[in-house]
Amino acid sequence: MSKMSYSIPIGPIHPALKEPVMFEFEIEGERIVGVDFKVGHVHRGIEWIGTQKNPLQILPIAERICGICNISHPIAFCMATEEAAGIEVPERAQYIRTITAELERIHSHMLWAGVAAHEIGFDSVLYLTWRVREKVLDLIEYLTGNRITKAMFTVGGVRRDITEEQYPKIREALNYYKEMFNKLKHVFLDDKTVRMRSRNCGVLTKKEALELCAVGPTARASGVKKDVRVDHAYAAYGDLDIKTVTPDAVTGEAKGDVYDRIIVRLLEVAQSVDIIEQCIDNMPSGDLVTEPKPAKLLALLRKAVGEGVGRAEAPRGEVIHYVKLTGEEHPYTWKVRAPTYNNLMPWIPMLMGEQIADIPIVAASTDPCMSCTNRVTVVKKGRVDILDHEHLHKLSVEKTRRLMQ
Amino acid sequence: MSLVETMEIVLWAILGTIGVAVFGIFVGLLYKGIDRKLVAHMQARYGPPIRQPFWDMVKLFVKETVVPEHATPWLFNLAPIIALAASIATLLYLPIGGFQPILSGEGDLILVLYLLIIPSLAMVIGGFASGSPYATVGAQREMVLMMSYEFPLAITIITIAWQLKNTFADHPFSLATIFSQPVWGTVGIVGLLGFILLLLVLLLVTPGEISKMPFDAPEAETEIAGGLLVEYSGRNLGLFYLADAVKTVVMGSLIVAIFFPYNLSTILGIGGIMAPVVDVVFYFIKLLLVILFAVSLVRVAVARLKIDQIVYTYWIPLTLMSLIGLLLIMFDSTSLFHISLGW
Repeated sequence: MSKMSYSIPIGPIHPALKEPVMFEFEIEGERIVGVDFKVGHVHRGIEWIGTQKNPLQILPIAERICGICNISHPIAFCMATEEAAGIEVPERAQYIRTITAELERIHSHMLWAGVAAHEIGFDSVLYLTWRVREKVLDLIEYLTGNRITKAMFTVGGVRRDITEEQYPKIREALNYYKEMFNKLKHVFLDDKTVRMRSRNCGVLTKKEALELCAVGPTARASGVKKDVRVDHAYAAYGDLDIKTVTPDAVTGEAKGDVYDRIIVRLLEVAQSVDIIEQCIDNMPSGDLVTEPKPAKLLALLRKAVGEGVGRAEAPRGEVIHYVKLTGEEHPYTWKVRAPTYNNLMPWIPMLMGEQIADIPIVAASTDPCMSCTNRVTVVKKGRVDILDHEHLHKLSVEKTRRLMQ
Repeated sequence: MSLVETMEIVLWAILGTIGVAVFGIFVGLLYKGIDRKLVAHMQARYGPPIRQPFWDMVKLFVKETVVPEHATPWLFNLAPIIALAASIATLLYLPIGGFQPILSGEGDLILVLYLLIIPSLAMVIGGFASGSPYATVGAQREMVLMMSYEFPLAITIITIAWQLKNTFADHPFSLATIFSQPVWGTVGIVGLLGFILLLLVLLLVTPGEISKMPFDAPEAETEIAGGLLVEYSGRNLGLFYLADAVKTVVMGSLIVAIFFPYNLSTILGIGGIMAPVVDVVFYFIKLLLVILFAVSLVRVAVARLKIDQIVYTYWIPLTLMSLIGLLLIMFDSTSLFHISLGW
């Protein structure tokens, strides 16, 4: 007798999901035999809002694309705009950008570790990691004035300095993370139940990771050496000694399961601590920003003609911003591609053949950020359509005809 | 037996049942509160006040009870009542404090074993009657969980009953007998090791029996959003909540009755009116310690297991443990291995 399969919807709202995404599973017993997902529940039209404003007004919006990656998006946007307008960034500003970006990575990975522990029902670890995370949030508040949205960047530099007097507090927090690293490593890598839930669970092979263009820790856990900080060094990363983190450093081979993704993120926290130390040891002196007067900077940007691409390694992977300036007040185009967009398709090979119980941890293991990802949704009479090139062209021709009447 | 005598017995049984029900619910909710507070402190949180479960109860009973469109209403509404009733009925066969069970002499250990299944079964029925895919998955998991833990649980209970049958000829399976004659006294050193193993097995079956971490797959909040309870609300959810509280007391009392039946009043030689008071307080402490070790400490220290891992845990390591316990106690009864403890 063949087994009957049944379907289970997970989402758009479900305790396992921190943001809305709709999964449809085909299940046989407890085993998943079919996966499909739909995104687009949290589209906010941010790119459109951006093209109604000048580049300096876009900065706070870029910061709010994602609550967690509030450094990665502005840094990518700044780099794109700087490239388009031909603005050089002072060296000291590059170092400060690097420090804030790495602080963000620490807090994002700690946040993820807590969420992952909660997904497998290990709430004690959730409380532990989030308590450890408080330290870096305090440090961020001390350095930038805010815990989350930091408002550190401007086109052509940074808005706040990190001075000698602040170093002791930075070093104290970094030492705290160095001490905690071994404890966290013990909790996540040696605990038997965590291992039972994460080893050989949600496997993404190296071949699949390459074919599906996975980015960030998701790709690195599968053994793909891919890191924008190393491959396409921006900010101060070119000066620093950093290597791409892959799980084979600990286990000898990269399997690409959830356990390996935990290893990669843990090692990246240690790496971030190291990078910040290198930065404050080698901090150059100089200006913070190329053009300190906003009015003058805006005038400069208004005149600029060109296009630019900014690539940054967010905690979740590569984020790309594209900006086109045409000598007007507002940018002609602002395009954002968040890392979760690339990490959506790998969900399918990861989830196939796993159990229902694995869905939350596997879905969370790519650290998805849906509101970053959602760009276009068209809902008409309750139907969601995919708009292809021809259809969009037809719509625009129709609109032009309407305007001509 | 005259009519008056029969009436008297029935009246006592009714009053006793009401008393035990009130007691079971109160203690169950109280322990829920203590458990939540203890766990919160272990996780470096403040946690809710100890009376929180009582407020939750009041809240659930005044809230609207929603019956989903696809549910089978009579089964859906009946399941929570059966669960609570069966939990309380089990408590009637267990000695509480220094007192004999209300229905002592009517039932025995084997009956308790069967009664323990009913609340879980009621939850399964309620889950299937909900007409929700999450509840269906949860109900399937609950059935698998029951099949898993029943195996080591049955071996443990039967071993104890068998040992008692060897020692005491009349009413060997009655909990009243066990209560008056602690099992530890009936064996030598080898048998003692066997009983320690059986105690460990029973402590590890407890979180499975009451669906607590790491065996809470049927309710798994992050996976299936509460599983078989997903569609329950208001009064029905409140009844399941109470059944869970009472079942915790049942499992705790069962372990206390089998393994720690000692009374402080006999040890300290306290007589008169103070004796029952001292015994009840001592019983509370024993119950608290058992639940602390079986539920609270386990629940903070592990992640949730998948259903296949739960089956493996119960069928292989725990069943083996209980079988070794059984063999040790068997060897102990043969004179060759019997090393007396001089009790």
